[in-house]
Amino acid sequence: MTQMNMVQAINDALRFEMQRDDRIVVLGEDVGKVGGVFRVTAGLYDEFGDDRVIDTPLSEGGIIGAAIGMALYGLKPVPEIQFSDFIFPAYDQIVSELAKFRYRSGGEFPCPMVIRTPVGGGIRGGHYHSQSPEAQFIHVAGLKVVCPATPADAKGLLLSALRDPDPVMFFEPKRIYRAAKGEVPEGDYTVPIGKANVARQGEHVTLVTWGAMLYESLDAANKVQAEGVNVEIIDLRTLWPLDIDTVVASVKKTGRVVVVHEAPKTCGLGGEIVALINEKAFLYLEAPPKRVCGFDTPFPYTLENEYLPLSHRIVPALLETARY
Amino acid sequence: MTTATIEEGATGTARREPDDALAADVVRVLAPDGTLVDNDAGVGDDEAVALYRAMVRTRLIDERAVMLQRQGRIGFHIGSLGEEATVIGTVHAMRESDWMFPCYREFGGALYRGMPLQRYFDNLYGNANDPAKGRQMPDHWTYRQAKVGSVSSPIGTQITQGVGFAWAARMRKDPLVAMVYFGDGATSSNEFHNGLNFAGVFKTPNVFVCRNNGWAISVPTERQTASATFAVKGIAYGIPGVRCDGNDIFAVVKTAREAVLRASRGEGPTLIEALTYRMSGHSTSDDASRYRPEEQMSAWTTLDPIHRLRRYLEARVGWTEGQQAAFEAEVAGELKLVIETAEKVTLPALETMFDDVYATLPWHLQEQRAELLAGPRAKGH
Ligand SMILES: Cc1ncc(C[n+]2csc(CCOP(=O)(O)OP(=O)(O)O)c2C)c(N)n1
Ligand SMILES: [Mg+2]
Repeated sequence: MTQMNMVQAINDALRFEMQRDDRIVVLGEDVGKVGGVFRVTAGLYDEFGDDRVIDTPLSEGGIIGAAIGMALYGLKPVPEIQFSDFIFPAYDQIVSELAKFRYRSGGEFPCPMVIRTPVGGGIRGGHYHSQSPEAQFIHVAGLKVVCPATPADAKGLLLSALRDPDPVMFFEPKRIYRAAKGEVPEGDYTVPIGKANVARQGEHVTLVTWGAMLYESLDAANKVQAEGVNVEIIDLRTLWPLDIDTVVASVKKTGRVVVVHEAPKTCGLGGEIVALINEKAFLYLEAPPKRVCGFDTPFPYTLENEYLPLSHRIVPALLETARY
Repeated sequence: MTTATIEEGATGTARREPDDALAADVVRVLAPDGTLVDNDAGVGDDEAVALYRAMVRTRLIDERAVMLQRQGRIGFHIGSLGEEATVIGTVHAMRESDWMFPCYREFGGALYRGMPLQRYFDNLYGNANDPAKGRQMPDHWTYRQAKVGSVSSPIGTQITQGVGFAWAARMRKDPLVAMVYFGDGATSSNEFHNGLNFAGVFKTPNVFVCRNNGWAISVPTERQTASATFAVKGIAYGIPGVRCDGNDIFAVVKTAREAVLRASRGEGPTLIEALTYRMSGHSTSDDASRYRPEEQMSAWTTLDPIHRLRRYLEARVGWTEGQQAAFEAEVAGELKLVIETAEKVTLPALETMFDDVYATLPWHLQEQRAELLAGPRAKGH
């Protein structure tokens, strides 16, 4: 075990797997010599050379399109999109091509790759360095979507993603890139895709979240504990296909649920989670399910902390749901 | 005149070396030592002084913004250090009726076209007086009155938009030209290719200004293209491409004026590649010492556009140390005032978060606004 932050844990996973599997190629803007604008790929260029750690021209469509070609050939590309806000020039390649290759070729052309990209607010990045577009990828059949909240999960999930037969969107919550620290197992360590983590045990309310909002949720749970409300927190880790069994089991136990995510409320993953709970555990519910989310506006700069579903907005939602 | 031959050919690259700006095909009027190449500046003395003052003002504002960021008083800054001649010279060449579609480094151009300095600082502070109500990051200003588009972060998007704008104006017989700004990195974006292609096909009244400053964050120009120059890319779209010394204000004005004139006569768009250099990190978030060769930076320092014009003015109109100091003091005074004012203005009101998503507020935003106003405040609010 070594103490690491998220950046170090992701870097460690990339290095470990690149040593083990020479098909892995990292490509993107500024990922090579300088090691990424968040330094996530630091040192990889020196260790693996510019055939495997490639600074590309400034074109997300180019990066993902070329990565698809590499994957079709048999390599294992790991494209980085500098901010998930800038993934949209590549959306056509991801939605129309990457997600459908296996299906449309009857399994002849699987297209495994891991698209790494920082996500979420908290760095005063305004409209275009803060968004959380995960639902826009979950809605596309054929993509797996992952978002770790701890360094150990970042490493474990990334190694699983790199060995997965399907394309994986790997969202890295940039707000906690350096702030989240923890013990990370050395060497080979995987966390299965599709398994949530119960980050806090409780019996009164189930709170479902992921990424950086895990820490806000833990903070809120500690605050309402003082008022006698005991919250169970599920850190989804894999956003799709999500761990429905863990969510439903918890809701059957508590009868109450709050979903917390940074993305705008409307058509966010929270809506799908609530619908699934209604379908699978309706008769167990003691209170209407609640969502604490980003508002349905573009992501604002100055009012960022009023926009985000931080602890101060989670606390009243938990109390209201618990006391309903 | 110092010349060097351009090494073109299959392996030619658009690599930014200082002597590249001295290549024979590059339009140059003012030599690096401040003397005229052909005895004609193309710009009168008063005009030259005005351009000089605008460039110096831009740099002083830049330096102050970096300082404010370092002090934690603003969150971010992205500037134009070293690129002042390219920005100011192209804007100077525009007519009153023309429009500017900026990238994110052209605040100096917007100020030159009349955006009040106070508005610019209100954006840097993201306060209630910011025309965009503190919604966007610093240096993502908007000021329609000056005939400038609103700044966005995604690379290249303004290129096709500038094309459509100019095209629409022509449909309405409105004789404007739209000048579109972007970096060398942006020439790899989808929208560069879409924009130039549409502009070529529909012969739109556009001037495309590629600020070739050598870098796209840490990525050097030879990773953007295998072409010998960026200007050459115009040819494939049926658009003339010209290179000018982007650190030579007179060359920039001359090149841009010809392009504006051409577009306004209905002869179609021009791609200008201005050879300049980013004499700072990419932004206040970037540390260029991790990747920028020291020699490259020091070589470019000798080609500084402001020093060059100053030498010219010293010889030509006897610009003095005293005049320089007085002007710098004038800008410092102006800065002091706008910064003090910006720091006194409150944050945008909470409810402004929901305005302008649509022209009128739908039910769900009304609900969310009520929820926010009734709920507890975030820390520091
Ligand atoms: C679509 C998109 N991808 C990535 C980024 C991140 N980014 C911001 S500026 C930049 C480099 C731009 O370089 P260039 O076009 O040369 O302009 P310069 O900053 O040098 O003026 C990058 C990669 C972005 N803003 N938009
Ligand atoms: Mg550049």
